[in-house]
Amino acid sequence: MGNKQTIFTDEQLDAYQDCTFFTRKEILRLHGRYHELAPHLVPMDYTNEPDCKLPLALIVDMPELKENPFRSRIVESFSEDGMGNLSFNEFVDMFSVLSEMAPRELKAIYAFKIYDFNVDNYLCKEDLEKTLNKLTKEELTSEEVELVCEKTIDEADLDGDNKLSYSDFENMISRAPDFLSTFHIRI
Amino acid sequence: MARSVNFDLNHPLIEYGLESPADEEGVHDSFNQLIAEQSQNEEMFDTFDQGPLGRRELDKEHQDFVYTSSPPHTFREREPDRGEYELEEYGEQTDPLIPERWSSDTLKILSSMPSRTIGRNRGAIISQYCNKTLQLRRRRQSKPADRVFSRSSRPSIRAYDLEADTTDSESRDLTKQDQLVNNLQNLSASDRERMLRGMPLCLTVKKKLRELASQKEKQTRSSSRINCCSHFKLCIIKSWYTWSSFIHSRQMWKVPLKRVSGRFGTGVLSYFLFLKTLLFFNVFLFLVMGTFLVLPQAVYPPEVPANRRSFSGLELLTGAGYFSDTVMYYGYYCNYTLHRNYNSSTQAWSTVKLPSYNMPLAYFFTIGMAFFITCIILVYSMSKSFGQSFRIDKSYSILAIKTFCSWDFRVIKKNSIKLLSENICTQLKELLGELKPKHGRNPWLERLRRLMVHCLAWLMCVAVTTGCVIGIYYFSDYMHIENQKQGAAQEASLLALPVLVSLINLLLPGLFNFAAWVEDYISPSVRTYVGLSRNLMLKVSVLGVLCYHWLGRIATDGTDYIKCWESFVGQELYRFLIVDFIFTLLDTLFGELLWRLFSDKILKRQRKPEFDIAKNVLDLIYGQTLAWLGVLFSPLLPAVQILKLLLLFYIKMSSVMMNCQAPRRPYRVSQMTTIFITLLCFPSFLGSSVCVTYAMWSIKPSESCGPFRRLQTMLKAGKQWMKQLAEENASLSPLASAHAYLVENPLFLFVGAGIFLIVIYFHSQVLDGQRKIITLLQEHIKNEGEDKKFLITRLQSIHEQKRPSARKLTNQDSTELQEDKPQFSNYYGSSTSG
Repeated sequence: MGNKQTIFTDEQLDAYQDCTFFTRKEILRLHGRYHELAPHLVPMDYTNEPDCKLPLALIVDMPELKENPFRSRIVESFSEDGMGNLSFNEFVDMFSVLSEMAPRELKAIYAFKIYDFNVDNYLCKEDLEKTLNKLTKEELTSEEVELVCEKTIDEADLDGDNKLSYSDFENMISRAPDFLSTFHIRI
Repeated sequence: MARSVNFDLNHPLIEYGLESPADEEGVHDSFNQLIAEQSQNEEMFDTFDQGPLGRRELDKEHQDFVYTSSPPHTFREREPDRGEYELEEYGEQTDPLIPERWSSDTLKILSSMPSRTIGRNRGAIISQYCNKTLQLRRRRQSKPADRVFSRSSRPSIRAYDLEADTTDSESRDLTKQDQLVNNLQNLSASDRERMLRGMPLCLTVKKKLRELASQKEKQTRSSSRINCCSHFKLCIIKSWYTWSSFIHSRQMWKVPLKRVSGRFGTGVLSYFLFLKTLLFFNVFLFLVMGTFLVLPQAVYPPEVPANRRSFSGLELLTGAGYFSDTVMYYGYYCNYTLHRNYNSSTQAWSTVKLPSYNMPLAYFFTIGMAFFITCIILVYSMSKSFGQSFRIDKSYSILAIKTFCSWDFRVIKKNSIKLLSENICTQLKELLGELKPKHGRNPWLERLRRLMVHCLAWLMCVAVTTGCVIGIYYFSDYMHIENQKQGAAQEASLLALPVLVSLINLLLPGLFNFAAWVEDYISPSVRTYVGLSRNLMLKVSVLGVLCYHWLGRIATDGTDYIKCWESFVGQELYRFLIVDFIFTLLDTLFGELLWRLFSDKILKRQRKPEFDIAKNVLDLIYGQTLAWLGVLFSPLLPAVQILKLLLLFYIKMSSVMMNCQAPRRPYRVSQMTTIFITLLCFPSFLGSSVCVTYAMWSIKPSESCGPFRRLQTMLKAGKQWMKQLAEENASLSPLASAHAYLVENPLFLFVGAGIFLIVIYFHSQVLDGQRKIITLLQEHIKNEGEDKKFLITRLQSIHEQKRPSARKLTNQDSTELQEDKPQFSNYYGSSTSG
């Protein structure tokens, strides 16, 4: 506890602690994880905020994400450029939102972004089909997929535009008490 | 949920805005007819060459549409003769909402609609949070007039400015950001942190906001005098944060829990988390008992009786023998105020004066406080868990929830993910199967048959349970009489009753599982609940008959061989705990390890045994009930329970990782966790506290041992103290009489129970009202959706009207439209409020 670390300044760690759901120790540990993804690219000294981004391919190689069918969408939703390149801030942000303490509303916003494959701020039928195929590893027949998509939109669409907007999604999520416990990645 | 609306097309054409909102039907029909006429007349394919141009005009951030341009001829095909038609037909043939038909101006306006920028546009988020922080500030300042009643933080239209103007969004952003920073600065530190953490912005922006907010705070702070009170508060907050981060980093068993959740998912994890919770309860009990009872008594040891037995190995199992005259049991504790200790080597009382400690009072109050605090913690965690998992309206969106919320992001291992995918696939197929109509040969016969099978199964389970309970009753009586005859109780024979009870607890759930398998329930959740209720029924009746045996028979019989019935009951509970632990070990060994070896090597099946979460959690609850029952009679029992739980954690963890696979049936974690906490609170804790209260209230303590000897009941110790206080200090006598009146008068209890019931009734009425409001709001949302469709088509038709006239007038059009929009929004606003 008493050894001086030179990766971040104290103010930086305070800022991270205030803006995310992690403690100082966890931020340092996250930096360690980020560093070991690409030891040559990621500097050990973050005091002057270096501009270093890791590509999607490296991030989805992490054991926590490797087998997750939504891994590319998860990383893309948290990257500023939409291509999946994460800086350390975005990396921390991603695991902060996916941690245990993030509130339901925040998780719902990002879950919506993750499931929105064509990034049009609506969950349309194609998004649902892609989600289902990823969930079931394409075990369902196409008629079943069709049926499930129809029924899902039927159940959750409140304003009748045949797509799920964010409000529809959030309304549905509020009825699922399991969402908070399943939408959680422990790092 | 989308309903098609039937429009009556017989009303005449009416201009919008001039019509009163009350006459909505007239307005609706007229526009529908207008749209129908317009779309019939115009050539829609002119909009197509707008396509790529329109897209380039859009901002990169506002590219919300996948702009698929389908070739024109499909539209021609899809446009047969459209004469008079209903809206449904209209909707099916040519949906007025297809984006391909819209002009670039419409698209631009639509893409900056608030509902499409939620969570996406940084400006929209900042303005939304600006309003939220403003509301929070107002709420904190507690001005009821200003308070905006918004419970949910759902992004609503009210929270946005209704101008769709995005031209000066940059400057609007800046001012909004300043406002947000200002609001943040005026909140308290914890509120500010909560707001910052909850914002769906990227971390860089959040850090910048935080910096700006704290900069301003520094400026204002340097100018104003620092209040010493706020400085003190700041110190406390800082120390609380460091303490909580310390606790958080020392999370117990973090790595094993992560491994379990990575392989088995959230269901099995919940069992281990429940174990951890129970461990904390016992640690708390142990600390309280240890500090207030065990430690003082150990410091002031009383006179040791002459016939104290020496230590032999059997004590660890039976708890009797050497242990019976130690701090472990009730009988050791003194009934006087401790102020000197007895030196066993010199056989004399020491003359050193130490601080005095009223043992009976301490015993009484410690037990009372421990139970009271445990009750509060339990009820709090139960209500929190209940609040998370209870939903007021019936859940209709089963399939939607299954699609979006069933993927367990915690699962990491490849095989487990494969299993999870298969699970979800199976569940989806089952749900689809349920939705299709069932074709039975004869549904009535089928139902009757199922009813008969269920009745038989229940009858069998109840009969077996009753039989076992009666068996325990007579066996315990027999053992009691046997021990009486023999004089001193033989050490080993004391283990007979615990072994019998543990055997019953082990074998009967297997029988219940078999019955459930025969019954073949359709719905897996019903099967889980039925299994749970049968197991619960068994355990409750077993514990009931045991409590009768201890408190009704042993305590009141006053036999010779039991000098001190409280210590005896404490020993019995110790034995029950230990034997239960041994049997759990055996069950893990045989049920899981050997079964896996058997099915691997001999049956050559790939499937490993499943980890039965419900049964294991019920076993934990049973053990905890025994511990709570025994706290009064054996203050060190929580320590035994702690050791047991620690060992159980590691054994179960290794067994699960080696031998089991994840449950195949779907397991609703939140609901089950709530049920388990409720079971821990209601039958378990309530039952044990009722027994303990009964023991303290009505049973006469033994004459020769314990802190309450020679009193009528244990409760009298408290009354004695009150009387003593009243005698010493005359001013406290009204307190004593008030206490006597409150505790002894049953009217007080009746009134309390009556008030409690009334409060529950009020809350249920509130829930009913909220359900009604929810259905009304859903109707409302549907209507708003219709409004939106109407506005979009109207907008598009206006654009299409004005487009052929002149290109150079497009700017004029857009400004005109923006002028139109506020009128729309006024109408919109008035119709929503009306």
